[in-house]
Amino acid sequence: MAELRALVGVKRVIDYAVKIRVKPDKTGVVTDGVKHSMNPFCEIAVEEAVRLKEKKLVKEVIAVSCGPKQCQETIRTALAMGADRGIHVEVPESEAEQLGPLQVSRVLAALAQKEKAGLVLLGKQAIDDDCNQTGQMTAAMLDWPQGTFASKLSLEGDKLTVEREIDGGLETIRLKLPAVVTADLRLNEPRYATLPNIMKAKKKKIEVVKPGDLGVDTSSRISVLSVEDPPQRTAGLKVETSEDLVARLKEAGHV
Amino acid sequence: MWAAEMVHRVGLQMLRQGRASPQSCCSLLGVKSAQNYTDKATEVVLDKMGSVSSTASAKDKDSPSEVKSKSFAVGMFKGQLTTEQVFPYPSVLNEEQMQFLKELVGPVSRFFEEVNDPAKNDSLEKVEDSTMQGLKELGAFGLQVPSELGGVGLCNTQYARLVEIVGMHDLAVGIVLGAHQSIGFKGILLFGTDAQKKKYLPKLASGENLAAFCLTEPSSGSDAASIRTTAVPSSCGKYYTLNGSKLWISNGGLAEIFTVFAKTPLKDASSGAVKEKITAFVVERSFGGVTNGPGEKKMGIKASNTAEVYFDGVQVPTENVLGEVGGGFKVAMHILNNGRFGMAAALAGTMKSIIAKAVDHAANRTQFGDKIHNFGLIQEKLARMAVLQYVTESMAYLVSSNMDQGFKDFQIEAAISKIFGSEAAWTVTDECIQIMGGMGFMKEPGVEKVLRDLRIFRIFEGTNDILRLFVALQGCMDKGKELTSLGKALKNPFGNAGLLLGEAGKQFRRRTGLGSNLSLRGIVHPDLSRSGELAVGALEQFATVVEAKLIKYKKEIINEQFLLHRLADSAIDLYAMAVVLSRASRSLSEGHPTAQHEKMLCDTWCIEAAARVRETMASLQSDPQQHQLFRNFKGISQAMVEKGGVVTNNPLGF
Repeated sequence: MAELRALVGVKRVIDYAVKIRVKPDKTGVVTDGVKHSMNPFCEIAVEEAVRLKEKKLVKEVIAVSCGPKQCQETIRTALAMGADRGIHVEVPESEAEQLGPLQVSRVLAALAQKEKAGLVLLGKQAIDDDCNQTGQMTAAMLDWPQGTFASKLSLEGDKLTVEREIDGGLETIRLKLPAVVTADLRLNEPRYATLPNIMKAKKKKIEVVKPGDLGVDTSSRISVLSVEDPPQRTAGLKVETSEDLVARLKEAGHV
Repeated sequence: MWAAEMVHRVGLQMLRQGRASPQSCCSLLGVKSAQNYTDKATEVVLDKMGSVSSTASAKDKDSPSEVKSKSFAVGMFKGQLTTEQVFPYPSVLNEEQMQFLKELVGPVSRFFEEVNDPAKNDSLEKVEDSTMQGLKELGAFGLQVPSELGGVGLCNTQYARLVEIVGMHDLAVGIVLGAHQSIGFKGILLFGTDAQKKKYLPKLASGENLAAFCLTEPSSGSDAASIRTTAVPSSCGKYYTLNGSKLWISNGGLAEIFTVFAKTPLKDASSGAVKEKITAFVVERSFGGVTNGPGEKKMGIKASNTAEVYFDGVQVPTENVLGEVGGGFKVAMHILNNGRFGMAAALAGTMKSIIAKAVDHAANRTQFGDKIHNFGLIQEKLARMAVLQYVTESMAYLVSSNMDQGFKDFQIEAAISKIFGSEAAWTVTDECIQIMGGMGFMKEPGVEKVLRDLRIFRIFEGTNDILRLFVALQGCMDKGKELTSLGKALKNPFGNAGLLLGEAGKQFRRRTGLGSNLSLRGIVHPDLSRSGELAVGALEQFATVVEAKLIKYKKEIINEQFLLHRLADSAIDLYAMAVVLSRASRSLSEGHPTAQHEKMLCDTWCIEAAARVRETMASLQSDPQQHQLFRNFKGISQAMVEKGGVVTNNPLGF
């Protein structure tokens, strides 16, 4: 199965360490001049694909990202980690906000077919919108089997065994390729892009395409009405005795 | 890196030369003609002071006055504004270099945030094995090695940016990396033959081999020319036999490749006399006969291995001579000059992270019913810390940029950046501990470790004291040359009318208090014009005193350390003013979001620095008590040495 090609989605998100600020007009969060990096779950997906390649189970790893020009930086990171080439599906900054799981899954499905990928590896969700839908939708678009929340993955021939983290335990499933897999936190620990590899990645190719080229319409039927900060926690109060506590709770209608 | 104390040697050597043979220091005043630049005395004053480049250029010219240095610092001593290297603040990275650097910053920062554990390294007294391995894979051991030889191929400015990150997190790791690439194998990068580069650099860049710089010896610290390690050529001419031992060698216990300085006999072509001169060698541990002592116990940078290294009959092939036979001092000086900006950059990073800790504490600690950052005492501390960081950072990147621009004359500036950075970082960290109070004294917040780690930076790579002498004397030397050519011109006034009108006129105006029409108008941003005037005023006062003192002491100025110390302090203040004026001007003109804040930092620095220079210069110029003071220093110190400590008895009489 050394002919297997893996398509990995890498999303550019606000860095996990950044304190998020909401725009004063409540249309979204402040992104200008804010540090961005690759969505941590996408990093895990890239790592897994690169490991499969190192085990010679995958022939080529393609990293893809949808969004404005800066997404190429995210693709470069994936290339530095070991992906072979990149595809940047360019969507101008102004339209990038419309990109949701539905639009991205259409793009990924189209690319998976165009590139004859046998495995689509994605993060289980992105840390910005927390949608957790893109992998599932992509599988549906392609009508491929899906192994979501993968914490272990093994590949034999065209059989893929996926251990999934589910409520209360682990579920092991077997899929037949081609398939879509989404990575959970414990699948692996992603490597650091090393400086020599970042340098080598400069020579790897990033192809730039438009959604239209793939026959995908990225318009959205969802409009965001308001984005707001989580409510501030109000101060608690101290009670002297347990009787007092019960009285207060009753008063507040909790008991 | 310890061995890099060799600059010490310079001052003492200059002094010894000055005393033993007054004539030999004439070059300080440019009295000697050009061919004498090759004689021993000049080698001592020039080469060993690190003015390799200016020496080289001076050699090519008939008259020293024709050599026009582009160094701002050199200009200061002459009362000139040589702005080319300082204004406008340079932006040397092209778009691709900038983009590449941006990609590197993330992974390097992350490595130090998530993998490296400074406290653990400190307690283990070594860099954890897994971290060491990670650093090697990261590429951190070959940052400036060309990419075709397995390195990352960074220019100095890119290197500075990454070293700043290292300095933010762990100075001990910084020394492991710096002893390896900033001095350990820098000689191969700068002076190596193609064959040497191909043979050694790939394994050094990958970290498979570590490197160390070996100069200092048990009996030769500051006085580096007194080294006793010898390298005797074999009769067949194929190798040298190396014998001797080197002290306090960073990475000494880990290194495979050593840059070693040893005395070699050298036959003078014309006279036939055999003299001992220092030569640099690349020595492999695998040559045999290379051993090392146990790691030293130290105050700070504990994770960095420091050990004695012994060379016992080591056979070093002739092709491992680094640079020219007998040219070892030049090699050493170039290596050191080329590395100093890195220390300033690392320390700018250290200050950044220390300041963040101080601010965090000041913003959250409540006393007397108020957050302590609202108190003036704390505000002044924080503000001064920010100014010191700003100056150091601005210097580090100005020097690295000057080097990347291809300027050769930056050794005074590089020395200033090392002095300033190491002292600023010490002050900032000390004040951080003060702001944190008892908490700062505890191990847990990690600030006391930084203070311990920092202490060595004022000592190694040339103590700040010797570097001060270097700054003052190097500056005076160029000024001395100018005075000498003026002297010559006066003998033949008609042939040198232009020189006389220009230079003497300027000096006359300065002496008579008419001002010399120097101005930074149109060079600094209009919003900074007040600070610009302060800087120019201070510079003129400084140059007046330099000139007066040179005329008074002539070559004997080398024996006036009390004076030189003060000149150096003012030179540092002046250069710092120019640097922040330049950087803040750029930020104002380009409308950076922090431009107004930078203006405050810049103005604050200039107000205080100009006042310091003014006061120091006024004292040197006309205060009769100044001499009393210097005499007292000497007298008190002599009495103490005689007594073996404090001279006075306890007030109780017993």
